[in-house]
Amino acid sequence: MLQRIRAAPPRYWLVVIAVLFFAGFPTVISSFQAAQWANALILVIAIMGLNILVGYSGQLSLGHGAFMALGAYTSAILAHRYKMDYLLTVPIAGLLTGLVGFLFGVPALRLSALYLALATFALAVVTPSLIKRPVALTNGVNGIILLPPDPPQFAKDAFSAVTGTVMTSEQWTYYVTFAWALLLFWLAWNLVRHRSGRAMRALRDGEVAAAASGVNIAGYKMLAFGISALYAGIAGSLFGMSSGFVSPDSFPVGLSIQLLVGAVIGGLASIPGPLAGGIFAYFLPIESNQWVPAQTWIPTQIASTVEKAGPAVTYGAILILIMIFAPNGIVGLVTSGYERLRRRLRGAADRETGQAPPDPQTV
Amino acid sequence: MALLEIRELSVRFGGVVALDRVSFSVDAGEVVALIGPNGAGKTTLFNVITRVYKPSSGSVLIDGEPVSRVSPHHVVRHGLARTFQNLALFRSMSVLENVLVGDHIRTRSGWLESTIPMPGAMRAESAARKRAMEMIDFVGLGAAATRPIAALPFGTQKRVELARALVSKPRILLLDEPAGGISHEEVDAMAQLLRRIHDQLDVTMLLVEHHMAFVMGISDRVVVLDFGKKIAEGKPGEVQRNPAVIEAYLGAA
Repeated sequence: MLQRIRAAPPRYWLVVIAVLFFAGFPTVISSFQAAQWANALILVIAIMGLNILVGYSGQLSLGHGAFMALGAYTSAILAHRYKMDYLLTVPIAGLLTGLVGFLFGVPALRLSALYLALATFALAVVTPSLIKRPVALTNGVNGIILLPPDPPQFAKDAFSAVTGTVMTSEQWTYYVTFAWALLLFWLAWNLVRHRSGRAMRALRDGEVAAAASGVNIAGYKMLAFGISALYAGIAGSLFGMSSGFVSPDSFPVGLSIQLLVGAVIGGLASIPGPLAGGIFAYFLPIESNQWVPAQTWIPTQIASTVEKAGPAVTYGAILILIMIFAPNGIVGLVTSGYERLRRRLRGAADRETGQAPPDPQTV
Repeated sequence: MALLEIRELSVRFGGVVALDRVSFSVDAGEVVALIGPNGAGKTTLFNVITRVYKPSSGSVLIDGEPVSRVSPHHVVRHGLARTFQNLALFRSMSVLENVLVGDHIRTRSGWLESTIPMPGAMRAESAARKRAMEMIDFVGLGAAATRPIAALPFGTQKRVELARALVSKPRILLLDEPAGGISHEEVDAMAQLLRRIHDQLDVTMLLVEHHMAFVMGISDRVVVLDFGKKIAEGKPGEVQRNPAVIEAYLGAA
């Protein structure tokens, strides 16, 4: 056992450290910050879903905010009208959204990449108006106000034992979100490295060859849409829990763009990518809107433009930088840096023993 | 009965007739070469057999069963696998993962079983890995199994494609220019490998090839296409002396 732990590759240690970090640090930050991090993790979950679709199966979606809206409203309606326990509504919202996403995959099969992007974009555009129409169900433009979740006794006890303070509903929301994120990351990790995930990656790399190997192209494309929507639905449902309020304006077109930007910044087709991308996409506009006006060297016109335009300007600037310097996102940047460092260290060791490193071209 | 039978197969792209009522068959255990000048319709024929294209008329039968109307991903389930002219490997994956995709039809486990790692699906996965490794060893790439595809030389990638096709346990293998684009020594090694596949794995082969020495050395029978029509068929020696074939390749005297 000890031997196996010692032999574990560094990435397993990174996972352990990350899990401990995310489990522990809400005990040392304020309740408000915990709420912010819960929102960041919600974005992370949605981006993980988008990553399965865009990164692993190679289909573009500019409308994942619509799936988040569906998940959020499913939970809100179940909890508000039917007095269901909110925690129970989360998986229901996920499954329903997943089913809708799976069916949305049917027309998507007939569309080439560009038209699929437009169709999903249209979905994101019409979503706020669609929500407003059935007033009896969604309460129209007024939205639905939700009760803040009350932490259960065991969580309160555990939290006060560690910190000595009373657990707030924001902190409870954080831990619920964290648990879902953990579960969904584990599931995604299992999916992409086994048969079905391989089939998705294969059809992304080459549909003709994948079909010749027996991969049902249409089936796996729809499956990717379904799983991806399931993630977005759960994220949307958790969003309702964390904000205590869902309205048509909670799901603007910009949300869908934010998700895609997060997926690209973090690194497509990687498991840690959405984590980095989600945190980045959440905090970047907040931080930059505070940072930019505070800088005296930036001309006031530019500073006020940035402030007025909101996240769009910083997103744009960061996206351009990422495209130039890190086309594989943050994760790609880190792994290639690590590889380079390791090669240099190994090269140094080989120089001492006089042994040449193996030529990568020889097989 | 023939293992693969092409019956009166025609394909038209708009006004262009790519294949014009081509008929021939491949018996179990045979190695048949399909030759012809560029644009003769050889790759088109492969693409019709594997259902990338729809035939305009005629039919394709594998072991007596018509496959010209099945979905593209069902063809391999009838025991027919293929390789591609300009390589169609999954570029982002390792050698092992590529071959595992070839194993797709031999495992049944659905997406949910491997996502919530069920013991059955995990057993199926490790069995698939074992089969894939055996096939990678068979084509002589055991040492490169975990390497990413993009890092491998062209000739090695061709053998990865072979392993990916073979791991599905095909009865018949369609090879699109197995000796194309590789060095002189590699051509000999490829011929030896194909002979081993034929003898040891009991695989029937239909191959498209321009390398004539390779074709003559390996095939039992040769089918010649020109402008979408079959112009000759027979033993390698006979075909070489056939005036119609000489004319197709060199032009009329």
